[in-house]
Amino acid sequence: MLEVFTLFLFNIIVYNIPLLYGTTGEIMIEKSGSLNLGVEGTMAIGAVAGYLAGAKCDSLFVACLVSFIASGLVGLLFSFLTVTLQANQNVTGLTITTFGVAFYYFIGNALSNSAGGWPQLSGTKLDEHSQAIHIPGLSDIPFVGKAIFSHGILVYLGIAIAILMWLYFKKTVPGLKLRAIGENPAAADSLGVNVAMYKYIHIIIGSGIMGLGGLYMGLNMGGTFEGSNCWINGYGWISIALVIFANWSPAKAILGTLIFGFFNTLRVQNAALAYTFPETLGWLTKIPSHFFSALPFIITLLVLITSSLSKKKQSGEPEAIGRNYYREDR
Amino acid sequence: MKKLISLIVTAALAVTSVFALAGCGAAKETEGEKAASDFKVGAIYINSQNDTSGYTYAHHHGITEAMKQVGLDPAKDLYIVDNVPEDDEKVKQAIDQLAGNGCNIIFGISFGYINAMEEKAKEYPDIIFSHATGYLSNDTNFNNYFGRIYQARYLSGIAAGYKSLATGNNNLGYVSAWGTEYAETCSGINAFALGAMSVNPDAQVYVYEISTWGDQELERQAAETLIDTYGCGVIAQHCDSAQPQIVANEKGVFGCGYNSDMTKEAPNAHLVAPVWNWDAYYATAMKAAMENPATFMTTVGNYYEGLNAGLVDVSTLSANCEPETQEAIDLAKDLMKSGKWDVFSGVKLSFSGAAGAVAVAQSDAALLANDGTEIVAAGGASVDDGVIQGSMNYYVEGVTQVN
Repeated sequence: MLEVFTLFLFNIIVYNIPLLYGTTGEIMIEKSGSLNLGVEGTMAIGAVAGYLAGAKCDSLFVACLVSFIASGLVGLLFSFLTVTLQANQNVTGLTITTFGVAFYYFIGNALSNSAGGWPQLSGTKLDEHSQAIHIPGLSDIPFVGKAIFSHGILVYLGIAIAILMWLYFKKTVPGLKLRAIGENPAAADSLGVNVAMYKYIHIIIGSGIMGLGGLYMGLNMGGTFEGSNCWINGYGWISIALVIFANWSPAKAILGTLIFGFFNTLRVQNAALAYTFPETLGWLTKIPSHFFSALPFIITLLVLITSSLSKKKQSGEPEAIGRNYYREDR
Repeated sequence: MKKLISLIVTAALAVTSVFALAGCGAAKETEGEKAASDFKVGAIYINSQNDTSGYTYAHHHGITEAMKQVGLDPAKDLYIVDNVPEDDEKVKQAIDQLAGNGCNIIFGISFGYINAMEEKAKEYPDIIFSHATGYLSNDTNFNNYFGRIYQARYLSGIAAGYKSLATGNNNLGYVSAWGTEYAETCSGINAFALGAMSVNPDAQVYVYEISTWGDQELERQAAETLIDTYGCGVIAQHCDSAQPQIVANEKGVFGCGYNSDMTKEAPNAHLVAPVWNWDAYYATAMKAAMENPATFMTTVGNYYEGLNAGLVDVSTLSANCEPETQEAIDLAKDLMKSGKWDVFSGVKLSFSGAAGAVAVAQSDAALLANDGTEIVAAGGASVDDGVIQGSMNYYVEGVTQVN
């Protein structure tokens, strides 16, 4: 009976952690006043580069490092285009998405057609190290042990990144300066903050974090390449919605991920719930699964509407988001 | 100046990604200019011609193999428009392009190309239009083609049935794109279940419908649910990726893939997969169109073949299969090839005997739907017309859809 809930909770975490990576990465970028719509593409590039390097060296550490660097380079490109060259952020972001996903298919198809083929994951050290870690004591707790304390290292890393980022924004001087840039870059500039450098660094780090999420998705899919279905599968776009849902707070992003994840999981596990509790939850299978897919976005809409209606200025949205800062315009 | 540079870089990026998507389609067109042979083949694909597995790959592989068989050179005589969505306008553009290239026959592989192909067949009476999985046709230059994949599914069901007897677990799972909405999916599920029950009469098939042809993550989670909640010991599938097999491999159960031998993705789990050999049709169609396009609709017509034409088959059995499996599959295959028996009839097969002495018995039994309705009376003829015409919309006894 209870297993179905354990499994439900387990699946919420295991399938939706990539959202947390995408969201925290995007929050870091948006806090610097830049809107990067290239999450999907950035994740795809990090995923394919990290996976291939990791498979080559048979090491999870190398996979993470390369995925962070590869996506970081995409971030560098975005910064160069939007910060130095002042290109339109929306257009640049969309271009990165198209480019990144196409890059994923291009590399994947080329490798699959080559003599060596696409590297397999099963049986490698990379696979072994990305599997769930058994934490003595915690993993054995009934119900929650399996659901919360039996995950791979990348799950815990994602949560750690979110918490550290929250502390960084709240408690550190660079975090404060970053938020100042996002709100009013001209004011920050006049106080001697190097706006361009801050933007560059945070866009690159944020993009790198997204790359880790992409890598996680690839590993979670057993590392197989499909010519018609990208690993990222729209999670980059959901992440952008989740940033709004989380009100630009990395801590709330954890909560948001769990809520989005709940509906995402319900979409699939409704059958298992209905099967286990036919009398109380049997109605779940009557709801079309597409409704569950749409629900997180409906909730995001509601959050947007309520936050716009509220009189008090509670929104965490950076004031200067989406607008390029050009010093001579002051 | 900065704006200009950024514009150029952005544009360069966009152009690169477009080319990456389009693959080498552009290069092929110039190569094929003024080829020696004047017969040209056109193809419209739903995904990329560079795919290395899946639906488009299976058709592309079939077309290129068939061209070699009939003496055409795929590098010169084949024109492809790929990544064409099921959108009438886009399909019409693709057809115009292929007609402009001088193609003599145009294959469209996706169901949703149906209306555009019908319309364009009137506009270009000299070109033969051939549409996979559809139901429309005309008397002169437009046919449809598909196959009795349910026969191969029945055979894979036999392999699953033996596995369920050996493991003592009667629950079989089936990750399906759609359920009873499409005869294609529902006939496959029914055939798999009947095949399994011919070996293990107590077998139960649990179907999880994912409501899309391909979504790796959903396919994965559906397989997990079938294994964890419904305790299924064999996972069959009718969806694009190999995720259900990979999950079966991870969880230590067994599985039957689809479209290609998925043993390489799931070495310890995969039993056998129903597969298409599309070249069987493509070679027939090309040969007929090369000889006399005017009689195409009488020589080929609407094409719906199965095991006997080699259009469908099962992959080589993996070492995970039970020892009796091969013999039983061969017996069933011979019966279907001979035309004496077919899956959806009022006669059921039952297999017995140890490896080396497997025997098949035929007995009259009504074919019942899972709500108890009688579909075919005991001893009655096969209702495979329901598959061909797309009217089959029920599950047979022993099948339960879980969602």
